Amino acid sequence: MAQPNEKPSGETSLPLAIDLSNINKRFGDVHANKDVSLQVVSGHIHGIIGENGAGKSTLVSILYGFYTADSGSIKINGVATPIVNSADAIARGIGMVHQHFMLVPNFTVLENVMLGHEGGLRIDVAAQNARQTLEKLSADFGLDVDLDMIIEDLPVGLQQRVEILKALFRGAEILILDEPTGVLTPQETERLFDVLRALREQGVTVLLITHKLKEIMAITDDVSVMRAGQMVAHRKTFETSPPELAELMVGRKVVLKVDHSPASPGGDVLVVADLCLNSPGSAGALKDISFTLRAGEIVGIAGVSGNGQSELLDVLSGITPPSRGGFYIDGRYISRKTPANPAILRDLGVAHVPEDRHKRGIVLPFSAAESIILGYSAASDEGEGWWLSPETLDTHCRRLMQDFDIRPPNPKLVSGNFSGGNQQKIVLAREISAQPRLLLVGQPTRGVDIGAIEFIHKQLIALRYAGCAILVVSVELDEIMSLSDRILVMNNGQLVGGLTRDEADERRLGLMMAGIGADDHSIWASR
Amino acid sequence: MSAPHDLPRWADVGLIPLINLLAALVVSGIVVAFIGENPIEAMMVMIKGAFVYKGSLGYTLYYATNFIFTGLAVAVAFHAMLFNIGGEGQAYLGGLGAGLVCLMFDSVLPAIVLLPLAIIAAAGLGAVWGAVPGYLQAKRGSHIVITTIMFNFLGASIMVWLLAGALKAPGQMSPETRVFSDNATLPFIHEIANAIGWEVARSPLNLSFVVALLACVGVWVLIWRSRLGYAIRATGHSAKAAEYAGISVSRVLIITMAISGGLAGMMAINEILGVQHRIVLNFTSGYGFTGIAVALMGRNHPVGIILASLLFGALYQGGAELDFEFSTITREMVLLIQGLIILFSGGLAYMFNKPLARLLAMILRGKRQTEAQHG
Repeated sequence: MAQPNEKPSGETSLPLAIDLSNINKRFGDVHANKDVSLQVVSGHIHGIIGENGAGKSTLVSILYGFYTADSGSIKINGVATPIVNSADAIARGIGMVHQHFMLVPNFTVLENVMLGHEGGLRIDVAAQNARQTLEKLSADFGLDVDLDMIIEDLPVGLQQRVEILKALFRGAEILILDEPTGVLTPQETERLFDVLRALREQGVTVLLITHKLKEIMAITDDVSVMRAGQMVAHRKTFETSPPELAELMVGRKVVLKVDHSPASPGGDVLVVADLCLNSPGSAGALKDISFTLRAGEIVGIAGVSGNGQSELLDVLSGITPPSRGGFYIDGRYISRKTPANPAILRDLGVAHVPEDRHKRGIVLPFSAAESIILGYSAASDEGEGWWLSPETLDTHCRRLMQDFDIRPPNPKLVSGNFSGGNQQKIVLAREISAQPRLLLVGQPTRGVDIGAIEFIHKQLIALRYAGCAILVVSVELDEIMSLSDRILVMNNGQLVGGLTRDEADERRLGLMMAGIGADDHSIWASR
Repeated sequence: MSAPHDLPRWADVGLIPLINLLAALVVSGIVVAFIGENPIEAMMVMIKGAFVYKGSLGYTLYYATNFIFTGLAVAVAFHAMLFNIGGEGQAYLGGLGAGLVCLMFDSVLPAIVLLPLAIIAAAGLGAVWGAVPGYLQAKRGSHIVITTIMFNFLGASIMVWLLAGALKAPGQMSPETRVFSDNATLPFIHEIANAIGWEVARSPLNLSFVVALLACVGVWVLIWRSRLGYAIRATGHSAKAAEYAGISVSRVLIITMAISGGLAGMMAINEILGVQHRIVLNFTSGYGFTGIAVALMGRNHPVGIILASLLFGALYQGGAELDFEFSTITREMVLLIQGLIILFSGGLAYMFNKPLARLLAMILRGKRQTEAQHG
C-alpha cells in the first residue's frame, strides 16, 4: 500500500508550505505546545502522529486560527503570517476537515459548499457559479459527489468528500485533516487515500492528523511525532517503521499484540433471541438480532459506526427497552413486557463500559471518587441508609486507583481533568470491580493512548480468564481482531455474519461491514 | 483539554462576585451622580440604613430570610439543571398551606403542635406547586420555565379568588383572612432576646430566620452528602450518565422540583406566621424572583446564598432608607440599583472571567520569571 517515495531527500532545497517555529501555547498550568517546530514540504502528504493530549489538535488549531500562539512564528509559503482567526487561515489558502463534520444535514451538497459564499442578492446566480467551479474541482480531483443530494442521505464517506470540496472551493492549497478515518470502513478509507493522492498530484499540501500508525505508513511522505506537547521526531515515512513510531509516541517500548490463547468457554450467559428495536428514523433500528455469548469468551461486534451497535449496547444494558424479542441473562428473560432498567441488570451481574465515556461513563464535573461509583451509588458499602460517606468513597476510590494504575491517584480531582486513558480506567475499574457475569464494552480504547490501550486489553483478557462473558463493540478492526474469540459483523441494524478468530481478516470483515458479499455464517451466529 | 480561560476556584467563588458587585455599584454611583446627588453619601446612607440605625439590622435579616428560602429553592432545582422560575407562586401557595392550618386549628392546638404543622403545610403546598411542573417536564416534556411561570399566574389567581371569597374575614372589606390567634405566630427575635435580658430593637425578624439557616444546612447535606443528592447532581450534570447508571431521571426531576417548591413555600412562614399573622394579597412581592438572582450570585451553594441574601436584604432595607433620606432618589431609583446588581451578578456574571483569568495568568507568569531569575 505504501507509495514509493520518489521525492528527493535534502529537504532544505524544497519549498515549504508550512513553516512553524518555536510555537508555545499554555492553557493555565498546561503547556500544550512547547517550542514546537514543524516544516511541511509543499505538495507532500505530511502526517502528525501522537497520543491523545500530545498537543496535535492544539497545534493545528493554532495553524487554523482557533487559538493564537503565546509565542513563535508561522510562515505560510515562505511568508511570515499572523493567523488570529480562521478567516486569516482561509485567506492564506489553508482548509480544514474536522473530525466531526460541519455540515447542515438538511441542505444539499451544493448549498453546504456555498454556505457563507453566496455573494450578492441572488442565490440562483451564485448557485450557478458555484456549480461550475465545483464540477471542475470534482473532475480535477476525482471527487465525485452528486451536488443535489441532501447531506443526511449521504454515507459518511461522501459527507467527508463534501467537507474536502468545501475547503477546495474556498481556495485551499493546504488541507488539514483531523483524524479523518475514524468513521470510515477500510474500503472508504482506501478511497479517501486515493483522493489524497490525487490532491498531491495537483500540488495540494496535505497535513494528516492521526493516531493510527497504519495510515501514516500507507499514505504519508513525511511524519512528525508529538509527545507531551513537544515535537519529538521528524522522519521520512519510508525510513521509519511502526514499532519505531510507537516507541517515539509513548516514550518506551510498546507491545502492540495481546497475549491471547484459545478460549475455553463455559455455559451460556447471554442469549439474544430475535431482538428488534424500532426507531423513528431509519438509522439505529435493530432487526432480528440473535446470538449467544458464553462465560469465558470475548465476542467482538465489528461494523461501521452508526449501524446499530450503539443501540444494541443500549438495549442489552437496559437503557432502552427492546421493541420486540428480547434476551436472556442467566435464564432471566428481558423483553418489552418484562423490562429491566440498568440498575436491575447491574444486580443481575451485567456491567457496562459505555461507548461515550464523556456523556455516559463518567460525570465530567464530578470528582473521581464520585464518578467511580456511578451506577453503584445505591450500594450499601458506600454509606449508610440515605447517606453517602465521603470517607468511604475516598478509600474505595484510592484502592481502585491503585489496582488500575489511575493517574494522578487523587480521588478529589475532577473527572474531566483526567486524561482520556485514565478516564477510561476509572470506568473500567468501576465495572470490573463489580465482578460482573457479563461485561458490555463499547469502544474500549477510543481516545485512549497506546500505553493505556495495552493495559485495558490485558484487563479484558484477564477478566475473560476469570470466566466473565465479554461483548466488545469497536470501530477499530485491529482491536476487534486482537481481542475477540468470535467476531460478529453488523450492518444496517442486522447481524450480517460471523467469523471465528482464525477466519477473520481485514478484507473479509470490511466487505461484510459494507454489507457486500457477506458469507452466510448466520447459522453459526444464532443459537 | 482544559478550557483556555479556567479560573482557580478561589477566584471564581470569591473574587468574581465581588468584582461584579463593585461594577454594579460603580455604575449605580454614576447614575446617582447623574441626578445630582453625591454617590459616596448615598452609599453611606444605604450602609447605615441597612446595618447601623436602630432595628435596621433586624430588618435586613428579615428580608434576608425570604431570600434564603427562595434562593435555596432555585439552587436545589438548578443542581438538577432545572430553572425554577416559579418560586413566587410556590411561596404564595405555601402561604395558603400555612394559613389554612392556622385558620382551622388555631383555637384547638397549642403552638408547639400548630407551628410545626403549619410549616409542614407551607412546604407541602409549595412542593405540590413545584412538583406538578416537574411532572409535566419529566413526563410530557413541557419546558419547566414556561410551566413554572404559568403556575405563578395560576397561583396568584387562586389566591385572589380565595381571599376575596371563601377565606375573606367576615364583615371585612379588604381581601385578607382574619388574624390568627397568638399561638399561631412565630415569636419575634426581639421578644426572645428581651425575655432573656438582651436589649434588642423592635424589628420583624422572627424565628423563621433560624429555620432558614437550618434549611441551608439541610440543603448542603442533601446535595453533597445524600444518595438522593448524588442522583440529583448526576442528573443535572449529565442526564445520559444518570440514565446509564440506572437512576430514574424523571423521578429525580419530580422529586427535585418538589423539594425546590417546598423550600420556596417555606418563605411564607416568615411572612405569614412571622409578620402578617394572616394571609394577605401579594405577600410574596417579588421575593421569589429575586431568589433567582440570589442563587446565581451565591453560586447555588448554601453559604453563597446566605451571603447573597444578606446583600439583597441590605439593599432592600438600605434602599428604603435611601428613598427616605433623599428627595431625588425615589423607590424606582432604588429598584434600578437592585436591577444593576442583578444584571451584573446574574446576566453578566461571567463578563469578568476572561480578563481576570488573563490577568492572573500574567501575574503567575511574571512570578515564574522572577523566580527563574532569582533561582
